Parts: sequence; C-alpha cells; structure tokens
Amino acid sequence: MRVALSVTCVNDAMFPDTGKAVVTLLRRLGVDVAFPAGQACCGQPMVNTGYLDEAVPVVRNYLETFAGYDAVVTPSGSCAGSARHQHDIVARRSGDPALVEAAAGAPPTYELSEFLVDVLGVVDVGASFPHSVTYHPTCHSLRMLGVDDRPRRLLEAVRGLRLVDLPSAEECCGFGGTFALKNADTSIAMGADKARHVRETAAEVLVAGDNSCLLHIGGMLSRQRAGVRVMHLAEVLAAQEGAA
Amino acid sequence: MSARDDVLGSVRRALAAADRSPVPVPDGHRSRPGPADVVGLFAERVADYRAVVERCSADEAAGRVAAVVEGLRVVVPPGLPWPVPGAVVDDGLTAAELDGLDAVVTGATLGIAETGTIVLTHGPGQGRRALTLVPDLHVCVVRAGDVVGDVSSAVRLLDPVLPQTWISGPSATSDIELSRVEGVHGPRTLHVIVVG
Amino acid sequence: MTATFVGMPPFPEAARAALADTQLRSNLAHATATIRAKRAAVVAEVDDWEELRLAGAAIKDNTLLHLDEHLVALEAALTARGATVHWATDAAEACAVVARVARDHGVDEVVKVKSMVTQEIGLNEALAAEGVLAWETDLAELIVQLGDDLPSHILVPAIHRNRAEIREIFERRMKDVGRPAPDDLVDDPARLAEAARLHLREKFLRARMAVSGANFAVAETGTLVVVESEGNGRMCLTLPDVLVSVVGIEKVVPTWQDLDVFLQLLPRSSTGERMNPYTSTWTGVTPGDGPQEVHVVLLDNGRTRALADEVGRQALRCIRCSACLNVCPVYERTGGHAYGSVYPGPIGAILNPLLRGVGTDEQVDSLPYASSLCGACFEACPVRIDIPSVLVDLRAQVVDAHRAGAPKPEALAMRAAAWSLGSGARLGRLERLSGVVGRVAGRLGRRTLPGGRRALGRLPGLGGWSGARDLPAPPVESFRAWWRRTDGGRTEERA
Repeated sequence: MRVALSVTCVNDAMFPDTGKAVVTLLRRLGVDVAFPAGQACCGQPMVNTGYLDEAVPVVRNYLETFAGYDAVVTPSGSCAGSARHQHDIVARRSGDPALVEAAAGAPPTYELSEFLVDVLGVVDVGASFPHSVTYHPTCHSLRMLGVDDRPRRLLEAVRGLRLVDLPSAEECCGFGGTFALKNADTSIAMGADKARHVRETAAEVLVAGDNSCLLHIGGMLSRQRAGVRVMHLAEVLAAQEGAA
Repeated sequence: MSARDDVLGSVRRALAAADRSPVPVPDGHRSRPGPADVVGLFAERVADYRAVVERCSADEAAGRVAAVVEGLRVVVPPGLPWPVPGAVVDDGLTAAELDGLDAVVTGATLGIAETGTIVLTHGPGQGRRALTLVPDLHVCVVRAGDVVGDVSSAVRLLDPVLPQTWISGPSATSDIELSRVEGVHGPRTLHVIVVG
Repeated sequence: MTATFVGMPPFPEAARAALADTQLRSNLAHATATIRAKRAAVVAEVDDWEELRLAGAAIKDNTLLHLDEHLVALEAALTARGATVHWATDAAEACAVVARVARDHGVDEVVKVKSMVTQEIGLNEALAAEGVLAWETDLAELIVQLGDDLPSHILVPAIHRNRAEIREIFERRMKDVGRPAPDDLVDDPARLAEAARLHLREKFLRARMAVSGANFAVAETGTLVVVESEGNGRMCLTLPDVLVSVVGIEKVVPTWQDLDVFLQLLPRSSTGERMNPYTSTWTGVTPGDGPQEVHVVLLDNGRTRALADEVGRQALRCIRCSACLNVCPVYERTGGHAYGSVYPGPIGAILNPLLRGVGTDEQVDSLPYASSLCGACFEACPVRIDIPSVLVDLRAQVVDAHRAGAPKPEALAMRAAAWSLGSGARLGRLERLSGVVGRVAGRLGRRTLPGGRRALGRLPGLGGWSGARDLPAPPVESFRAWWRRTDGGRTEERA
C-alpha cells in the first residue's frame, strides 16, 4: 500500500515536530510514508470562510498531489474532514468535470487515529510517555469524522501515561478557524472555559489531534501562565521516553 | 394574482430544479415490541410527572372517585360511566361558571405507557375541551384495557377528526431558569385512577 | 416587519456586549446546562432515536419536495371542516388578515398562544397599530412582553432572565395591564407562575378572539397541532369564539400517522420530557366545542426563498425545538439577542439568511459566521438539519454577493492565502520567511512555552488573536525543509 502523508499547512509551517512524529511512528509500525512535495493545504480555510472560488486551485493542488496513492494520512481531524466532506463541493463549484472526477476518485484521507486503529489495526503503538495527560477531542474529529474513542484507546495503551478525564471534553474550544479572528470575543470566551477545564484536571499535558485547536487553547494557557504543555497526539504516540 | 397563486407559484418555482424522487422513510419505530407491563409502566410514568396515580378494580372505581372529590364542587361531562355524588353535569356552562368549580371527573380514550400520557377525544364521558381545563383538579379514570404501549400505537388508533387533548401530568412550566414548576393555567392537580 | 430586530448590529459587535454581561452569562450557563442534561437523559431512553431522526428528516423532505400539493390538500381539508383559509406572501399580508378578523368581530384585544411565526411577522405591533391589544399568555412571553424586552430563545424566550429579575418585572408592570402581582410576591418559580396564572385568568375568561401558530398541520385531514406545557395554549384554543392560526407553509406533514414521529422527537428535544404536558389537535370547527369560527393563515414570508436553496432547504425541516441553541457553545455565551432575531442560535444563523437573502444587510450577513462549526447542533437536531454545512454554504453566498464591488481586506487576504497555499513551492518560500521570524524570536524572545518553545506575546496587528492568546514563535525549519534536508529523517537516523 502506498501511503502519503498530508502534513497540513499549519503543521508544515508551525508544528514540524508533529509531522516528524507521524513519520517516526508510522515507520516504527512498518509504514514508510511518502511526502509528496507538491502538497500545501486542503483548502479548508477558504471554504469555511466562504471563498469557494479561491479554494478551487488549492483543492486542485491537493487532489493532484495525492492522486495515485492508496491512502493519505493526516495528523488533523479538521483537514481530514475537509478532504472527505468539502472537496467535492469545491470541485462542483469549479465547473470542471475533470476536477469533479478527481475528487470522486481521490484516495481516502484518514485522520491519524483512524489510520492507526482502522487501517493498521493497532492500538498499542509501542509508545512510552510517563506523564499525566488529559485529552481534548476536537470537534471535527469527533463529530465530522466520528473517530469516537480511537484516540483514547491509543493513549490508554501508552506505557506510563496516566489519562485524566477532561470536564466538558466534547465542548468546542472556540478555535473554529477564521472564527477565532472574526468572532474573537466569543472565541476567547469559549477558550477561557476550555482552559479552565484543562487546569482543573491538573494534568501536565493537554493532548489533541489538531494543532490548530491546541494553538488556541495552548495560547490561552500560556497567557494564563498555567504551566500546562500542549502536545499533538502523534507526538505522544511517537514518544519512547524512558523506554529500554 | 391572489396571494394563494403567489405562494403556490413561488413553491413551484422553488422546486422546479429539485430532484423530487421520494426519500425512504424508516418505520421500524412503528413495530417496536411493547413494554412487558404496559399498565404498570403507564402508572409509573404518569407519576413521574408528579401526578397522583392510583390503581383499583372496576368495582372500586366509583368509590375511589367519590373519595377524591369529597367536599369539592365537581362537574362531570354527560355520559360519565361512574356516578359522582353531588356533581353538576355540564350543559354548556360558561367559562366563568367553570372557573367557580373545584374539580372535574372524566374518562379517557387512551393511555400511553411509554410517555405517561392520557388522551381525551372529548366525546361522551370526557366532555368538551374547556371542561377539563378550567377547574383546578382533573380526576381522570383510565381503563387498563385502553392503555397502549407507545405514541405510534396511540396515533394509529386515534381519529384526527375529533379534537384531542393529550395530557401528560399537571400543567407545568420551565420558563423560569428552566426549573420545572407544576401548576400554571391548566389543572394544577391531575389525579389518575387506573381501573382494572 | 421582518424576522430580524430592527437596528441590530452585526453579530460580533452584539456578542461583545452580551459577553460583558456576567449576569446574562451566568443565567444562560445555568439554564442551558439544565436543559442539556434533561434532553440527554430522555433521548438516551429511546433505543431507535437515530432511526426516528432519519424518519423525521425523510418525512419533512418528502413533504417539502411536494409542498404545493400538500398545501392544496391542506386547504381543501380545512375548508371541508368549516375553517376559512387565507394565504399570505409576507408579514404585512398575514398581519392584515388577523387585523381584519379582529375588526370584523369588533374586538380590541386578543389572547395569544406562544408562536414563533407571529413574532416573526411582528403581529403584536401590527395589531397595536390597529388599536387591538395582543396579550401574550405563555409565561416566558409574558415576561418578555411586560419587560418591554426581546425574546432570546425559541422555547424559553426569557431564558436570559433569572427569578429575581422576573419578580421585579411582574411587580412593576402587571398592575399597568391588568390584575397586579400579589403584594407578597417572592422570587420563587412556583409563586411567580401562580402570579402569572392569576394575572392571565381574567384575560382568558373574557377573551373573544385568540391567535395561535401551529406546530404541525396535517394535509390529509386539515388537523392543526399545538404542543405546549402551561395550559395557556388550551385556554386560547378552547375558550374564545374566534381562533386565527398563522401557519408557516413548512409546518405541513402529509398524514396523521406522520405525527407519531414528531410527537416523539419534539418533546424530548425541546423541554427534555418524554411528553410535554399538553398537546391539542383540532380539525376545523367542532360543533359545540371550542371556537366556532376558525381561520388559518398560510404564510410564505421567505420560506419559498429558502425552499429554492438546494443546500439550505433542509432548514425548513425545523420543528423549533431549540435543542441546537441549548447545545451551542456560542449561544451559551452570547445569548439570543446577539443574533438580532426571533430565531437565534444555530438555526437562526441559517434561517434568517435563508428567509431574507444575503448581500443586502450586514447584520444578516454576519450570522453564518456566528459559529465555530463545531457540529454540536447537527448532532442534537431531531430532524438532522446539517447546520454546519448550511452555514458554510451561506458563507459562500455572502462572499459571492459581495464579489462585484471593491474587495474587502478579508477578500484580499483570502486571495493571497489561496495563492500561497495553492502550491508546495510557494508555501515553502513563505515558510523560509517565517523561519527568519522564528530565528529572531529564538534570539530575542523572553517567553517560553511549556515544552521549551519560544512564545510570541501581544503583537501589533494580531489584536484579534493575541489579546488573550500567546502564539508559538514559528519554527526555524519547516517540516518540508526538514524532509528535504534529511530525506524524510533517514539521514538523521543514520547520523
């Protein structure tokens, strides 16, 4: 199976360690992912702000870049959701039958936890991370993709990791892409409550499957000097701290 | 152009390009297995609304009704199968006259176990709609054999041409801080006697 | 009149004011948490809830796709049962019908069942202009009416008020319009409800005309349905001589049996009960029982505009349960007034633009953006309205409506972003620039995030973001650059 990594624009530019963690993790599990260099963005920022015409070349680039692979894996529930639910909308908007066909025939894009649990069939990925962790299920992975408890099962299998329940875990953190800027006050009000719930857990690390949400929650926690570290799920699953 | 033509024309234009092929409607909920103890569940669910519920045999019904309304000014609809001593029979009382009465006793067409609901269809023994609305106590006698399992079964048995009132507990409101308070405009006390 | 309150600012501005009101936020957080828990408990009782949702959505879709036929059938059934059917293309026509009926009967007051549609068309104001007083009889509507307030929730229009505020409103205002509040009124919900009972009873007993909406209208039989809790609906539907029901054309269901789906979905989603206290159904005029003159006004007022919208059409499935409001993290914090409409929350964020169209009113255009697209609304919706998808589609409509004029800064930014994000090479060049920022921040930055990364604090030009949120400094090397330099980590591993 030829598997491509869609690292996402946010991770590429801002969180390279997450991409590296995915590569390390998948190699450990025997999957040698490719990184097609033409990749850039899934188009979600434009689509979710209403700029469908602008999204057309971005989506075209995505579809061209990953055509020919058997599967795409991405460390983002939100971008996986975009690939699975929005690319056909953008393609139809373009009026280009070839793009519509490309969207329909695109290889499946899996969010990381789906790829691990459903495609590779693993839950114990050989990770070791002796810290207390709380997990925030991001909205798009939870409700758009339906990843359900896959990330939790993966975390529970990590050696040394102590998983602490996050109160009101399933409530949105308030990031929401351009929502965080267009409705900054509401976004911050939501983020403040999420950050409070994180602090209530007294966990050392907050883990999620989307760095954009962590950028928002982590940014609030940092401003509050909460001392909580935020980490992408991939980085925890790649970790082999203190392992022999 | 009349408003009717306008509205219908707009509807037709709006749907001109739509795919109008039928969407399948799942209907498994219409053949659910019923609860094992329909009448027991009904009594339990009615009580959940903080209504008063008692069960008795057919022989005891009249006595139970009389005990509940003893000392009260009571109105009954024509055709009520249970005698209520001292009751006024409704013959088109005004709303103000009804407001001067304490209680009303009626039968019911159906009970719905799953939701603890009583359905009145306002025929003989149940009276017109105002009768069970204005007095503050509604004593409703439900025959055990008239209790069905769920909403689907009830809808199937009911005739839409008759006016209906579905009653689930006493009148209530959650309009203040979403905390439920029993007793607003409708009867503040619902007393259900399940017979048989 | 329209569905939107006149003169309201766009959502972000209205939200800012609402967020600053700590009393409001605490009232809302308490109320929505209460109702969410109740809903979750009664929904969990129903094993085939998901199938019921699918059935509800399918019945509504099938109805909407043949709405013309069902409306004609409804009209015929109602007429055959002695009701008078009127049609109204807009709010003004509907209000005129109601006013005419009032005038024909020489009444100067009507009692009203809680109804969203009569608020949408501004009926009370229209009747007042004709010298007819409209008394709201639902407790929450009474609170809003006496408080000269605006509704902020579909089910509980006074959700933004707590018991102390309600007591104050009753004490101050009831005496002006009827029976005064009891002298010893305290802020206990049961006592407040009793004060409303006493205040309204005289109005019910003397009313000659009532106005209602309808939750459902059954096409094959002409049956209307009102679902309520307090008994004020029964009072209005039963005691007066004349009843006028204003019914949005999307309220139609084809058959009587279809109601079994909605009478399960609605109460559990709405008040979080197995069944609401009272449901009334009536079919035209029933001799000797209830109003002997029955009118039904079938109202469009933008519904056919929504019906024409291929994606947005599903919003017309809405049964006004308000579950989407109660689970919405945005609504929970801003409350309903920020949406500037009688239809607030997620459903309002799609319904208002669909009913009114986009591109002409800044306030309406702001509504599709009043969401983080978290999807909690879709999950809760008993008729499976995919609100996030409709929001995204409406955002595109808003953007498209403004494509003709001079581009806004946002449009320019999006074009630039799309250009940079449309190719790996261009994104790579941008990342080399951000890497420079990262290098500078690494040397000059004073703050470090837990885990060791440099942080950027408050930044000019990033006010919306950095007012309350730090930002990690960009990395010196992007993932793409790392991959190229190390052959995807292979040379690093060997080293």
